[in-house]
Amino acid sequence: MAAKSYSNPIVKWIEYRLPIFSFLDHELNEYPTPRNLNYWWNFGSLAGIILVIMIATGIVLAMSYMPHVNYAFESVERIMRDVNYGWLLRYIHSNGGSAFFIVVYIHLFRGMYYGSYKAPRELLWIIGVVILLAMMATAFMGYVLPWGQMSFWAATVITNLFSAVPLVGESIVTWLWGGFSVDNPTLNRFYSLHYLLPFVIFALVFVHLWALHVHKSNNPTGVDIKGPQDTIPFHPYYTIKDTFGLGAFMIVFMFFVFFAPNFFGEPDNYIKANPLVTPAHIVPEWYFLPYYAILRAITFDIWFIPAKLIGVAAMFGSILILLFLPWLDRSKVRSATFRPIYKQVFWVFVVDCIILGWVGANTPDADFHGVKMLWIGQAATFYYFFHIVILIPLISVLETPRALPDSISQAVTPGGKS
Amino acid sequence: MNAMRKRLGAALAVLVALGLAAGAAMAAEGGKPPAQTWSFDGLFGTYDRAAAQRGFLVYNTVCAACHSLSLVAYRNLDGIGFKDDAIKAIAAAKEVPDGPNDQGEMFNRPGRPADRFARPFANDNAARAANNGALPPDLSLITKARKGGADYIHALMVGYKEPPTGVQMMEGMQYNAYFPGNQIAMAPPLTEGQVEYADGTKATVAQMAHDVATFLTWAAEPEMEERKRMGVKVLLFLIVLTAMLYALKRQIWTDVH
Ligand code: HEC
Ligand code: HEM
Repeated sequence: MAAKSYSNPIVKWIEYRLPIFSFLDHELNEYPTPRNLNYWWNFGSLAGIILVIMIATGIVLAMSYMPHVNYAFESVERIMRDVNYGWLLRYIHSNGGSAFFIVVYIHLFRGMYYGSYKAPRELLWIIGVVILLAMMATAFMGYVLPWGQMSFWAATVITNLFSAVPLVGESIVTWLWGGFSVDNPTLNRFYSLHYLLPFVIFALVFVHLWALHVHKSNNPTGVDIKGPQDTIPFHPYYTIKDTFGLGAFMIVFMFFVFFAPNFFGEPDNYIKANPLVTPAHIVPEWYFLPYYAILRAITFDIWFIPAKLIGVAAMFGSILILLFLPWLDRSKVRSATFRPIYKQVFWVFVVDCIILGWVGANTPDADFHGVKMLWIGQAATFYYFFHIVILIPLISVLETPRALPDSISQAVTPGGKS
Repeated sequence: MNAMRKRLGAALAVLVALGLAAGAAMAAEGGKPPAQTWSFDGLFGTYDRAAAQRGFLVYNTVCAACHSLSLVAYRNLDGIGFKDDAIKAIAAAKEVPDGPNDQGEMFNRPGRPADRFARPFANDNAARAANNGALPPDLSLITKARKGGADYIHALMVGYKEPPTGVQMMEGMQYNAYFPGNQIAMAPPLTEGQVEYADGTKATVAQMAHDVATFLTWAAEPEMEERKRMGVKVLLFLIVLTAMLYALKRQIWTDVH
């Protein structure tokens, strides 16, 4: 970091002791960024902003929320009816959860399309997967807080999964619950963790950005930055592009908040939790549906391993396997733009994930034009793992990539081809 | 980039197709309530005050015998245009439990605007005992707690029919075309001319159903009018701001492209 000289005496005083101004200048202002990033690169900064929105609204909601089985549901309604703009806070927070996942899923698929997980960005990718896991835990526990029917039953179903662990499963579940069913102790600890985890995510995001800034952003060509002609300073180019993206995103987000605030929700969650009445269909929030489909796809034992355990392993495995992507994909070419075959199967994979989500929303014995939902779920689950474990490694060694541009600037300047 | 956009389009098309298919699969659960026109529909929708007040009358004279509305306070009725005096009178006509007094005893007193709507039964068991074992649910959030919302409430009210031949009705159950499973423990609550509307509107079953559904939608989402009003402003602001940001972005990037 080149020492910069500042004229303001206070800035100078601080800078000498803690070089925070040159740090910010270096990382946010002059930070060299590939000149050719497209709008798929907007979703990282969007995710960061949503995290801040979630923490801000969450802290204010927490001032009126009561984590007790007798008052939680009513306290949320009090927020909706009696707290000034409480409905706004809550609708931003609950729709923000959905927005967060939409944005992060796009961010993640972007990484898969452009090979952003490849060397030297493996750790950056891995930290991203850890952030996803922490987000899922946060959102799951947040969904339990309003203590509606879906809150209660989703908590019951998901915590019960741990009973699949051999020998100690039942003890683990009792330990998680703090009792013999989902009850007040469960609600209390979920609240505590729901408050804690976003700050853990915040720290993880910081490390994620740290790793990013070491080797800088990948770009649509996937070709490394070769020199200053390939980059532009982050400010003003990407600050304005990200701000414009934020505006566009906010239009969509605020449309849901103000005009369709329960679009992503389940009607059943406006019924207070009742341990004696099981809802007809227990469905998780939409962003968990693909994993739910994978969980329920496994209906058969393998040797002595019970189906339930395999289902749980497959469900967690479907995310954990992403950690190995940098080593499963052996192609040196990052961007799918130059990988004719990978590019095709990438989109098949996207569709497969959407199908998994759709299957997750339906009961396994539902019938789709004579085909049982369960079978579709099983085929889609198979394909999910087949894509990652077989197709990606295989294509990465068999495929002949198209010729890469020599540099980013060659690819984007009028003389070169794009 | 272009190819990517095209494929994204294809992926979205698949998504939409699947969504439609899922909708068709869901219809099996109970008749899909026919869509009605509501004053609160759309981006600029508001609650028709007269309909909501008539709906309150229906709730208060009919449904309140069995269903509580425990999240709503009498004072909230100003949200659908009731005047302070009217609210005081409505509240005072109800008995609400209070206490203990300085003798240590619980007592009943006339309701006040700050009270939540009085409950018809002391507890769920009492409610069940009076209703053949079935529990009339609290109606405060009913339009948010059922698929179809107000359309469903309307359909449920007008959906009582003779059971089709071959359908075996359980003891004390009524056939309703829109209730999931078609057998409901609530006797048809509305009959023609059951309430007398002060504004001279004819109290047909369909009219009362429409009015009570309007009232219950307000009870579930009293913030809706303010929400939509604010939403229109926020969206207009964001659209203008974003257009300006786009222009600025174009301008700043001219030397890069
Ligand atoms: C005599 C008592 C009684 C009256 C009066 C009554 N209900 Fe009900 N209501 C019930 C009972 C009992 C149930 C539970 C039915 C069941 O679960 O099968 C019920 C259920 C309902 C439901 C829930 C249906 C569902 O989807 O679960 C709604 C909505 C409803 N009533 C609306 C009304 C409205 C509106 C009125 C006034 C016009 C009204 N009720 C009047 C007894 C009553
Ligand atoms: C990673 C960020 C976060 C995510 C993804 C998240 C997600 C959620 C979700 C999905 C709900 C249920 C919404 C509903 O249906 O009502 C919820 C509720 C809640 N969250 Fe969060 N949250 C986050 C951060 C926070 C923070 C930092 C706090 C507190 C400081 C907080 C406090 C609350 C409270 C009090 C509720 C219950 C009130 C309600 O249900 O609206 N959240 N959260």
